[in-house]
Amino acid sequence: MSTIAPQSGSRSHGGAAYRPSTWRRVQSWIAGHVVMFSALLVLVYLFIPVAYTFVFSFNNYRKSNIVWNPQGSPTLKHWKDPCGAPGVCDALVTSLEIGAIATLVATILGTMLAFALVRHQFRGKAASNLLVFIPMATPEIVLGASLLTLFVQGFSRFGLRLGFWTIVIAHIMFCISFVVVTVKARLQSLDPRLEEAAQDLYAGPGSTFWKVTFPLVLPGIVGAALLAFSLSFDDFIITNFVSGNETTFPKFVYVSYLRGIPAQANVIGFSMFVLALLLVIAGTLVNNIRKPKV
Amino acid sequence: MSAFAHAAGGNAAVTHQDPPARRRSWATWLLLLPGFLWLLVFFVFPLVQLFTVSLQSKYPGYPGYYYRDVNFGNYVDALTQFGAHFGRSLLFAGLATLFAFLLAYPLAYAMAFKAGRWRNVMMICIIAPFFTSFILRTVAWRQILADDGPVASTLNFLHLLPGGRITETWVAVVAGLTYNFLPFMVLPIYASLERADHRIIEAGGDLYANGFTTFRKVTLPMSMPGVLAGTLLTFIPAAGDYVNADLLGSDRSTKMVGNVIESQFFKVLGGFPLAAALSFTLMALILALVFVYIRRFGTEELL
Repeated sequence: MSTIAPQSGSRSHGGAAYRPSTWRRVQSWIAGHVVMFSALLVLVYLFIPVAYTFVFSFNNYRKSNIVWNPQGSPTLKHWKDPCGAPGVCDALVTSLEIGAIATLVATILGTMLAFALVRHQFRGKAASNLLVFIPMATPEIVLGASLLTLFVQGFSRFGLRLGFWTIVIAHIMFCISFVVVTVKARLQSLDPRLEEAAQDLYAGPGSTFWKVTFPLVLPGIVGAALLAFSLSFDDFIITNFVSGNETTFPKFVYVSYLRGIPAQANVIGFSMFVLALLLVIAGTLVNNIRKPKV
Repeated sequence: MSAFAHAAGGNAAVTHQDPPARRRSWATWLLLLPGFLWLLVFFVFPLVQLFTVSLQSKYPGYPGYYYRDVNFGNYVDALTQFGAHFGRSLLFAGLATLFAFLLAYPLAYAMAFKAGRWRNVMMICIIAPFFTSFILRTVAWRQILADDGPVASTLNFLHLLPGGRITETWVAVVAGLTYNFLPFMVLPIYASLERADHRIIEAGGDLYANGFTTFRKVTLPMSMPGVLAGTLLTFIPAAGDYVNADLLGSDRSTKMVGNVIESQFFKVLGGFPLAAALSFTLMALILALVFVYIRRFGTEELL
């Protein structure tokens, strides 16, 4: 880390070149690699259950997919027929639809809020920041419980039944704050001189925004959308409160847990994991190729 | 996704100030209105509604019916009947937060300072497990830690497991909470380390501080906004969680407040007021703890 050691050493050593002793260098080498090694261990720890899910997607089980069946050899039948278990693909499609709608709306509303909170001066800004922060500091179970009472006692008279749309509404609500926080971070780290330069070059406010500001903020918005989608897709607690008879993928897994989760859920869970990996890797590559030179 | 760092309002890094141009106020309100309306209607209003429910009383003789009232008896019931559950929630969440911090810091540190171009790959590795669904992963842990699973049988073989089992005990619940909320600890710490000025850390070394002293006096304080955000984002959902206690714990000795709230809502006829009171008590406890925590470790003391 200390790449500028020679210069700084010469100051205090009266001209003698400063070199860390061999022992110090060995020490720092070990220290550096201990950190990397423990980091890799933690990553492995994160992946253990994912690997378990993958392995048990090949289990040739008879009644329930809990223990490995020693008689049956590993099978590909669940991979060939991922929708084989009743309801599993319906649940997946529901989750993807909810995730898509919630992500779209939450990203738009959250980005607008972030722009107002960073770029505009208005009274009540501190209170507004608080309103955005508190949903993140509220336990999910309280959010779910309060939305359930609202939907059951307040909204049923408007004909809103628990189901798909109540889940969407709830997901948009808890995603907004995370979007605001992500986009805000990006906006705050922008160099305002870029926009000033655009205006000096006679760009109007509209073209300054669309040609300079927006492209610079876009990575933050994309990151926020990804975060919103993953939060929505993986949410169980709030969804369980407001879903009624609608079944999302996490709810499907939870409900079928007592009878034994079908291996098709393992196939879908692991495929979504791989899909997410590939998508983000592709995104990173594209981003690296088109990296703006600013 | 360097987002979480700002969650607790900690902006340690250099942020550019906006040009002081006056914006038209109608534009501000147009930007604010839709998002705020959503949060008001679907966050603030439901909380108010839940609060009124928590004060309702039962109709005597009509199970499942209640009337509008100002009855704090539900709160008394919540604390007297379920005090142990509150204690467990806070204790388990606290332990999980501590363990998550110990696991997350080396990972975040390695990503920020050692990983080089592997940084993005590591970032992806931390987020991608979300897509396997946390229920599936928690169930996987249950099978891995089960009595006849690899971990418990090895420990039993070595006579290292006093109770003879891992699942159905608090150990499994805390382990599950630690695992599930670990990414929420890693990401903010990483974000604050990444934005820290590396030259300051180098200066520590130049001033003859050894590695550990540099870490303790320079790196750790600079990452405190991230640590603060990370502990909050881990502790709060962990304290309200009921899935881990449900899937990994036992029926009696590991139930948390979340389990009680869930069963009062869904399985007990007329349990709504008590469940609402439990929810608000949990929220008040958490907010009080968070307030004390921010006052103690908040930004003023870190500078």
